[in-house]
Amino acid sequence: MTLVAKNIAVERGGRVILKDVNFTLQKGQALILRGHNGIGKTTLLRSLAGLQPFVTGQVDADMDTVAYASHADGVKSQLSVWENLEFWAQTYGTDLSDDVLESFDIADLKTRRAATLSSGQKRRLGLARLAVLPSKILLLDEPTISLDAASVRLFADFITAHLAKGGSALIATHIDLGLPDVEELDLSPFVTSADAPNDGFDEAFI
Amino acid sequence: MIALLRRDLRLAIRAGGGFGLALAFFLIVVVLVPFGVGADMAVLGRVAAGVLWTGAILACLLSLDRMFALDFEDGSLELLVTSPLPTEGIVLAKAAAHWITTGLPLSLAAPVLGILLNLPPHGAVWMVISLLVGTPALSIIGAFGAALTVGIKRGGLLLSILVLPMYVPTLIFGAEVARRGSEGVALGSSLVMLCAISLLAVGLLPFAASKVLRINLK
Repeated sequence: MTLVAKNIAVERGGRVILKDVNFTLQKGQALILRGHNGIGKTTLLRSLAGLQPFVTGQVDADMDTVAYASHADGVKSQLSVWENLEFWAQTYGTDLSDDVLESFDIADLKTRRAATLSSGQKRRLGLARLAVLPSKILLLDEPTISLDAASVRLFADFITAHLAKGGSALIATHIDLGLPDVEELDLSPFVTSADAPNDGFDEAFI
Repeated sequence: MIALLRRDLRLAIRAGGGFGLALAFFLIVVVLVPFGVGADMAVLGRVAAGVLWTGAILACLLSLDRMFALDFEDGSLELLVTSPLPTEGIVLAKAAAHWITTGLPLSLAAPVLGILLNLPPHGAVWMVISLLVGTPALSIIGAFGAALTVGIKRGGLLLSILVLPMYVPTLIFGAEVARRGSEGVALGSSLVMLCAISLLAVGLLPFAASKVLRINLK
């Protein structure tokens, strides 16, 4: 499953912030998005996930195989850990097994209500959702927020296994995940120049 | 879709889900009316249908702002929209869950509360029928309103102002069915119109609501 982005431009708050972004995400490949805060990593991922339209350009990928995980975990606090994952399994028509909980070290919390979880545990539950999905292309926005070093390793193991199965991942992160041979995509060359200084003449007034 | 419906129903009956709130609110509104209007049985019998319908509409409104707002806050709405579920299906499942937790119990409780308002027994039958036919329209119109206001902090009040005018046709024909039923006169076209409103709303509004939802998630 490959994802090819051609000359895409994305906007936030009515301003184009990245343009002429080109990259190819190959089967079995992980691509790390780099760039300072506010450069547009989240906006790019949201656009690729189909949550907002591109200004220009196009993306070649089978959208049914794309899964997106945002800053928020999307965990329902009144449901138990198992019920949360079960819902996503049913939505995507897959089976949920205890192995998923084991691999993210939340098997002990299976029947606990998500409201009682710590933020790191909640994050692991949010990431465990990805293991339930049949999706091949993962778009992950800061997946390691509030995770400790051990949990980051669990997550890296999951990504490695996912890549080995022929999946791919586009990850926005600031830390080193410790993944073997990943490629990086630095977004700074694609930043649009700041708005031209206003010389007192505004077309909108005409 | 079934999974989403089941999840929403489960959330509604869990602590803090708000199931029963609408019903309790309906009860209180209806009980307040005789205090305000006075205990004249003839007057109460005449206004019963209108009071029950107005009470049901206000009770429906109570839980609308939670429909998408809670999922929006914890991020699950974005995940749902990017899932293989069609957005129209998400709206329908949410509206169905809202109807099962408010519209349905309200319809079934109405004849019992009708006793307090001197609603005649044959009127109670038409009261239940009119509410059962009309409340699905309330839930789906409400879903559209909730989709419009989803990103807005404390959008509940705005939601009420947007949604209440849209409830007017349902209220007119719903109360008309119940009133004519309790007076024992021919229903005329009122029941047909009520059915038409519900069917049109259920058929068209999920598409509008899904479009609005996607715009609000941008």
